[in-house]
Amino acid sequence: MVETPLTRNMRADGEAPDLQAYEKAGGYQSMRSALRMAPADITNLVKQSTLRGRGGAGFPTGQKWSFVPMGDDAPRPKYLVCNADEMEPGTFKDRLLLEADPHQLIEGMIIAAHAIQAEVAYIFLRGEYVLAAARLRAAIAEAYDAHYLGKRIAGTDQALDLHVHVSAGRYMCGEETGLLNALEGKRANPRAKPPYPQVSGLWGKPTIVQNVETLCNLPCIVERGADWFKGLSRTKNGGTKLYGASGKVRRPGLWELPMGATIREILEEHAGGMQDGVTFRGALPGGASTDFVTDDHLDVPMDFDELEKVGSRLGTGTMIILDDRTCPVGMCWNLEHFFAQESCGWCTPCWSGLRFAARTLRALEEGHGAPGDLEALEHQAWFCAPGNTFCALAPGAVEPLQSALRYFRADFERHITDHRCPWM
Amino acid sequence: MPTLVVDNHPFQVRADQNALEACLSLKLDLPYFCWHPALGSVGACRQCAVKQFKDEKDTKGKLVMACMTAVSDGMRLSIADDDARRFRASVIEGLMENHPHDCPVCDEGGECHLQDMTVMTGHDYRRYRFPKRTFRNQDLGPFLNHEMNRCIQCYRCVRFYREYAGGTDFNVFKLRDIAYFGRQQDGVLENEFAGNLVEVCPTGVFTDKTLKRHYTRKWDLTMAPSVCVHCSLGCNTTPGARYGKLRRMVNRYNGAVNGYFLCDRGRYGYEFVNSGRRITRPLLRDGGSERIVSRDEALDRASHLITESRSVIGIGSPRASLEANFALRAVVGAEHFHLGMSDADAALAGLMLELQRAGPAHVPSLRETEQYDAVFIVGEDVSNTAPRLALSLRQSARQQPMQRLRALKIPLWQDHAVREAVQAEHGPFFIASVNATRLDDLATSAYRAAPDDIARLAFAVAHHVDASAVAVDGLSGDLDDLARSCAAALATAERPLIVSGAGCRSASVIRAAAALARALHAKGRAVGLCFALPECNTMGTLLLGGKPLGEALDAAARPELVIVLENDLHRRAGAVRVEALLSSAAHVIVLDSIETATSARADVVLPAGTFAESDGTLVNNEGRAQRFFQVLLPDSEIQESWRWLAQLRAATHRSGDAWESLDDVLHAMGGAVPSLAPAIEAAPLSHYRMAGARVPREPQRYSGRTSMLANIDVSEPKPPEDVDAPLSFTMEGTTRQPPSALIPFFWSPGWNSIQAVNQYQTEIAAALEGGDPGVRLIHADGSTGGPARPEIPAAFAARKGEWLVVPLHHVFGSDELSHEAPAVAQLAPAPYVALNAADANALGAHEGDVIDITLDGVTQRLPLKIAPALPAGVAGVPVGLEGMPAVTLPAWSRLVTHT
Repeated sequence: MVETPLTRNMRADGEAPDLQAYEKAGGYQSMRSALRMAPADITNLVKQSTLRGRGGAGFPTGQKWSFVPMGDDAPRPKYLVCNADEMEPGTFKDRLLLEADPHQLIEGMIIAAHAIQAEVAYIFLRGEYVLAAARLRAAIAEAYDAHYLGKRIAGTDQALDLHVHVSAGRYMCGEETGLLNALEGKRANPRAKPPYPQVSGLWGKPTIVQNVETLCNLPCIVERGADWFKGLSRTKNGGTKLYGASGKVRRPGLWELPMGATIREILEEHAGGMQDGVTFRGALPGGASTDFVTDDHLDVPMDFDELEKVGSRLGTGTMIILDDRTCPVGMCWNLEHFFAQESCGWCTPCWSGLRFAARTLRALEEGHGAPGDLEALEHQAWFCAPGNTFCALAPGAVEPLQSALRYFRADFERHITDHRCPWM
Repeated sequence: MPTLVVDNHPFQVRADQNALEACLSLKLDLPYFCWHPALGSVGACRQCAVKQFKDEKDTKGKLVMACMTAVSDGMRLSIADDDARRFRASVIEGLMENHPHDCPVCDEGGECHLQDMTVMTGHDYRRYRFPKRTFRNQDLGPFLNHEMNRCIQCYRCVRFYREYAGGTDFNVFKLRDIAYFGRQQDGVLENEFAGNLVEVCPTGVFTDKTLKRHYTRKWDLTMAPSVCVHCSLGCNTTPGARYGKLRRMVNRYNGAVNGYFLCDRGRYGYEFVNSGRRITRPLLRDGGSERIVSRDEALDRASHLITESRSVIGIGSPRASLEANFALRAVVGAEHFHLGMSDADAALAGLMLELQRAGPAHVPSLRETEQYDAVFIVGEDVSNTAPRLALSLRQSARQQPMQRLRALKIPLWQDHAVREAVQAEHGPFFIASVNATRLDDLATSAYRAAPDDIARLAFAVAHHVDASAVAVDGLSGDLDDLARSCAAALATAERPLIVSGAGCRSASVIRAAAALARALHAKGRAVGLCFALPECNTMGTLLLGGKPLGEALDAAARPELVIVLENDLHRRAGAVRVEALLSSAAHVIVLDSIETATSARADVVLPAGTFAESDGTLVNNEGRAQRFFQVLLPDSEIQESWRWLAQLRAATHRSGDAWESLDDVLHAMGGAVPSLAPAIEAAPLSHYRMAGARVPREPQRYSGRTSMLANIDVSEPKPPEDVDAPLSFTMEGTTRQPPSALIPFFWSPGWNSIQAVNQYQTEIAAALEGGDPGVRLIHADGSTGGPARPEIPAAFAARKGEWLVVPLHHVFGSDELSHEAPAVAQLAPAPYVALNAADANALGAHEGDVIDITLDGVTQRLPLKIAPALPAGVAGVPVGLEGMPAVTLPAWSRLVTHT
């Protein structure tokens, strides 16, 4: 029984399997099966699999597809967009999938495109992923040659053109609708929802945007079925998950594990525990824009539902670990500075609040903190709360800050009373 | 109607709107920035946050942005909720992090939406203690100052400029808190609606550069309801004056006419009022000597001339008020009153009036034109002849693609969702023109041809819409295909609009437009027919009627006395004809506001008030009579033309009552010309009072009344009484909202900026309370039915060695009065002759070469300009520019390269 469907084809030397190798391992059989299925049946299958989006928000994939207008009256063309703009600090999971098994993504995209009857697809790729771009382009060329892309895919009526678009590089482009604007050649400002992209997306047409890892799960779901997929997980969220760890651990890295692996398991069994001389203080479990968890939460299963119960999010599933030799204020400053820099400038809480927060954190870290600064930071976190802003950038951005203020408040206060960073 | 519960009070509100519009329509104070009533919602600033509750039991609720929340029946909102208040104050605090707090030296101060909203939210203490971001500003040309440090990133400017007005040379650059709104590099903003940024910007990033030269705070301005005099559309304006000078012009909302926006000619043309070429004192000329005289002496001399001359004729003016034209007619007698436009112009305007009256097409108001879903512009370059109409048509082009958004459940007020869904798609938008136009970016198809060919296309479209309309023979296959596709698009639209005008100076073009409208009506379409006329009161003058100017110019029996009203005859006819009249007449009396070549020939020059020093009525292109009111108290001998003429009438006519006020002239006019009688209703008459009080022209906070003139005389002069209007020249008067025609300025407690207009409307972006001002004088009765079988002109044939010279128009330059405004004049081109590149090649001439062109027997020497879109065999000359003599066009001319 395959238990690591996402990474099963990956080679030890890091080279990507070419079309021949991929097909030899059973590749593109799921595509053939899917093309014989009615689109609605694929959507139902994905719904049953309980697959949730792996980009961070965790929206149920099948449900998302079911909002796409179908039938002859549906606006044309419809678009499928793969969000490969992996810009989240501390997150590098899609990179592995893109570099080490590009055909798996292409096959997943053909399946998704068939399900929503999209005729054009884009892979919106982070600009720095140069190797991924080269391997994707090579794989796409192979797929066109094999008639898996283009008109009459594998002899069926389904057609799909697949393009790689390399991003000019802004964090905002990773936001679903900012990505669509960027793809249209416009400023990467987010769009109002509703209307959702499923109805009015790229160039005003029905569009599905999915994360790389989400799409890579599709071939095995079609191949093995929904129940098998659900069985891979230890929790109610089906499938496996690419988990990562960075920070002062012995073996930073990325592992495909059953959904619901605990933080302790990832940290101790896979990442080898903390480096000598440092101890664990906390972690951002799902990338830079998730709330801190602490050693009270080490046994929480890493899935969408369980992390929410402890006030954080699964996000991308790639942990950034904070140790006792690193200043939490400095870490927050680094993060908030990044997010403030990346604000698109559209809504007031984001462009003003994040800058305010970053400036204040810098003052604290440089010894210029003043009484009232922590209240001001808490105010900015409230100001940028979900619903108060136009998109999810700012609410995510203040998650590490608001939780750091909760868990490491004494450290913040010492910065003010000591007029310096205690770690300096 | 849905019931909306706001802070536990139930209100009946209109569906299809967002909660911000609903709250503002209910006159509830809810602050906002990025939302604009004409631009819709985008949810950027987050200023209009309110609490939304699920039901009566829900006490927690959630913050939502009112502008992004559609109202629904039973919806429960709270503006007063503590979280919502705190959030709104936080938004201001955020906006203020970088704002320079330079209100005392900012031109926006005192009418700044940011100031108003700051006060409204209660934010007063700034915690941000770090450096502010700063920008380098740009020189954007003669109309606008740029001060980016004040920017709060509401994105209104770029949305108006690019998305609403179609401009391309202005954008937002960079991101986060350093978003920069400007041009790629310094330079004059190209879009002729750029001046609206003054009002669209909620703070002082874009301010009026002409105002800066003679700056006055809004609260220190004397203001009055006025009407623009720079084209035929009759946009409503609010001029502001202080110390006897006109300081600025802003938009005056009229829900049926200009809505929220003006063109830059209308906004910046006002400075002609302050021109050094103003005539301010009566002048008598005798032989070579000229003498400034008193008002009485001038009147004595003029009335003496009138009574002593055996023959007197009057020449009216399409840029003077109805009252002034009527008063002149009364002085000289109807049989001696001539229309103040060339016979050709009068014939074209008369044809348009006749066709409007004949119907059956609806003649839409300017605001109505925005709602049509297919457009065919037949010959008229509206961006240059009726600019504000071009802005409206830009919105019409969006109507058809927006219709399908209903199926997607995208509300039309949700602006960016609409634009993202519609993308670059436009409804059917056909342009047939002589030269390239600034609406070409919208065009489904842009056909360039000589006027007769434009007419032929429109006739052909009419025939393809309705086979009973006359067919056009000899069309090329391509052109017939175009006619068919245009016909199909118009005939399948719900509300097609045909736009034309006198710009081509072609009766065939006008007739063809009307024939097409008739054909569409015959097919059951709710068709609109919109004509652009040449001047602000062309329609009024026509309705009043008069003899052709040509009869005066060319009559064998020369009159002894010619009285010319606000008219430079050199703009109406060639110098030879004008000179023949002026030199053969024994005496000439000219009433005008600026010195012209005609006033230079007068024995008696009477200083006439411009719109700013006068009350009066203008009739716009749709036949809407609108009253304008005096805003300036001249410290000279200037008075309204109609008052000069009323005084001359009193001095020279034994019978009849003397006319003491505007009311008297209006009543006399209504009696003498029944079709003009409804014009009396255009605004309340002088006796109108609100609870016994007049409507004040000055804000309550007007300062300096007792000290302004103290350097001259410490005793405060008695404020002048206005005998013509129910307005006072001071701040004394009613504090209530006046009737819509009498609104001198928009102001409401807490709303000091022009956005106070929200408080004067029945609903947001709808009619003003009590109905929009203006009275329609023309009603299509359909009885005359129009010409049964219009004559179709022969196809244009280029000639060897000769070109058909057609008029070209310029938004800045072609209008006589606005050209006196320095900012406008700066953007006016120099005279030229235009040819396409191939024709220029054939002539062996290059851009800038000097060409001799002969029109009406006069040879002019003009530089060549290459206009790639001009059809072969057609040359263009700019009309109306200073230095361009009046010529009869279209006309054939040889072109000779001057070496």
